[in-house]
Amino acid sequence: MKSGQTTTGLWRLLSLPLLLFFLLPLVALLLRAPFDRIIESVMREQVRSAIGLSFVTTLISAAIIVVFGTPVAYLLAVRHGRIEKLIDTVIDLPTVLPPSVAGIALLLAFGRRGLLGPAFTVLGVDIAFTQVAVVLAQTFVAAPFYIKSAAIAFAGIEVDLTQAASLDGANNWDIFRHIMAPLAWAGLVSGLVMSWARALGEFGATILFAGNLQGVTQTMPLAIYIGFEANLDTAVTLSVILMGLSFSALLMAKALLNRAG
Amino acid sequence: MPYLSKFVSSYRLALLSIIACAATLTACSGTTTAPGATATSVPASGAPATIKVFAAASLQDAFSEIGRNYEAANPGVKVAFNFAGSQQLAQQIAQVAPADVFASANKAQMTVAIQSGRVVSGTEKVFVRNRLVVVVPRDNPAKLQTLQDLGKPGLKLVLAAKEVPVGQYALDYLTKTLKDSSFTPGYREAVLKNVVSYEDSVKSVLTKVTLGEADGGIVYTTDIGGDAAAKVTRIDIPDALNTVATYPIAALKDSTQAAAATGFVDYVLSDAGQKVLAGYGFITAPKDAK
Repeated sequence: MKSGQTTTGLWRLLSLPLLLFFLLPLVALLLRAPFDRIIESVMREQVRSAIGLSFVTTLISAAIIVVFGTPVAYLLAVRHGRIEKLIDTVIDLPTVLPPSVAGIALLLAFGRRGLLGPAFTVLGVDIAFTQVAVVLAQTFVAAPFYIKSAAIAFAGIEVDLTQAASLDGANNWDIFRHIMAPLAWAGLVSGLVMSWARALGEFGATILFAGNLQGVTQTMPLAIYIGFEANLDTAVTLSVILMGLSFSALLMAKALLNRAG
Repeated sequence: MPYLSKFVSSYRLALLSIIACAATLTACSGTTTAPGATATSVPASGAPATIKVFAAASLQDAFSEIGRNYEAANPGVKVAFNFAGSQQLAQQIAQVAPADVFASANKAQMTVAIQSGRVVSGTEKVFVRNRLVVVVPRDNPAKLQTLQDLGKPGLKLVLAAKEVPVGQYALDYLTKTLKDSSFTPGYREAVLKNVVSYEDSVKSVLTKVTLGEADGGIVYTTDIGGDAAAKVTRIDIPDALNTVATYPIAALKDSTQAAAATGFVDYVLSDAGQKVLAGYGFITAPKDAK
């Protein structure tokens, strides 16, 4: 066992440079945080409205992601045909595209001069520069995280279980509700938490598609970006809050997965 | 095989430059070279000097041309540009980004650079002026004809954020209308109520208008030369209400290429440089400008 421990030590040593590279900027952020004035900072109108807006929009995005993402994840888990492979790749796209590309694409699709613009204008709906645009931008970039995690969770369920239920006369909805969903629960929730954290950090697509207006479309990442140039305290306070939230979300997601595993 | 050899050579080049960077410990920042810049001029002695010019987004077209001209006139000197909102550039300079020249779209952001200690107060020179103009999409969906129309309820207007020079100039314009009898007392508030987004640079404002997503916006007159001219209709702001933007330029105190940096500043102020700027619609600076 001695040599095993030595190798672990070696690997830990080799992991150190990257770990330090990740941690150092975060530590720098914490050191610069105005903790003595943090209450005062949080109470500023701009900071409060950014936090409130971020929470409301990301919760709506998360709900949309569950409702529309779950069927996709289920499909990807139970079918592995050519079409499913294509869908799987399309779902991967938003995670590798720069968010700014997503923002321009959304504008050209849903803006009033976009592909669907005329249809929306007839309905009297204008999406760009509204909270609807914020939610669409977040959903676009964040949904893949949930779908991927949920698909893996669904795929991990023994086929025997569903077949047995099917033989006993359970229909598809019963199987989904009583077998798939409960067994995949941890994967679904951890995927959702990851998605929510990604939505919370969404910046590029939002500023291009939804614009930047305090109290309407200025979420926390946008307030950080604009605040960096005007008021560093605002930017750092919001950064620390975002970092804390993201860290907690990741811990929660991992704890859930470990419990299930 | 030509693709492979090209790949290998560019890979080797990248590797070499990494080694060179590490060896000299010079910061290799992500600045971009002026488009179309050629590397044909071989310096008479030693390695080519590269100066990093941080310039306001509104200067992009004019400075790219000036950079090419300066390189042609000074073999062995290369100019690399970093174009962004002046407020971003000033912050980068204050955070000790490697830069040799700073050209700002207002005095406030040059002051930020001076206060950071990287520009010596008094060395900055106004090299050009600019004016504001209201732009609306070519087909003008909101049918805006006059400045007064900007106060009509229900419009979607975009301005630059107040941290961006053109954003502050736009607010200055609105404030000036308060003392003008041809505008109603509620005009300023009515216009601000119509603002749906405060963008991070003048180019973003123009893009939202040219795309037709916004009913109108306020940009510099120099932004609507060239391609953009065909996509927007302008509503002029009279002199009395217009804020004339003044652009200061300075070589940085700690420039490692002091001679080339000062040379570039002088070139921008020279007749040749001013002629290029005038070609892009800038109001050139009087000789004794300070």
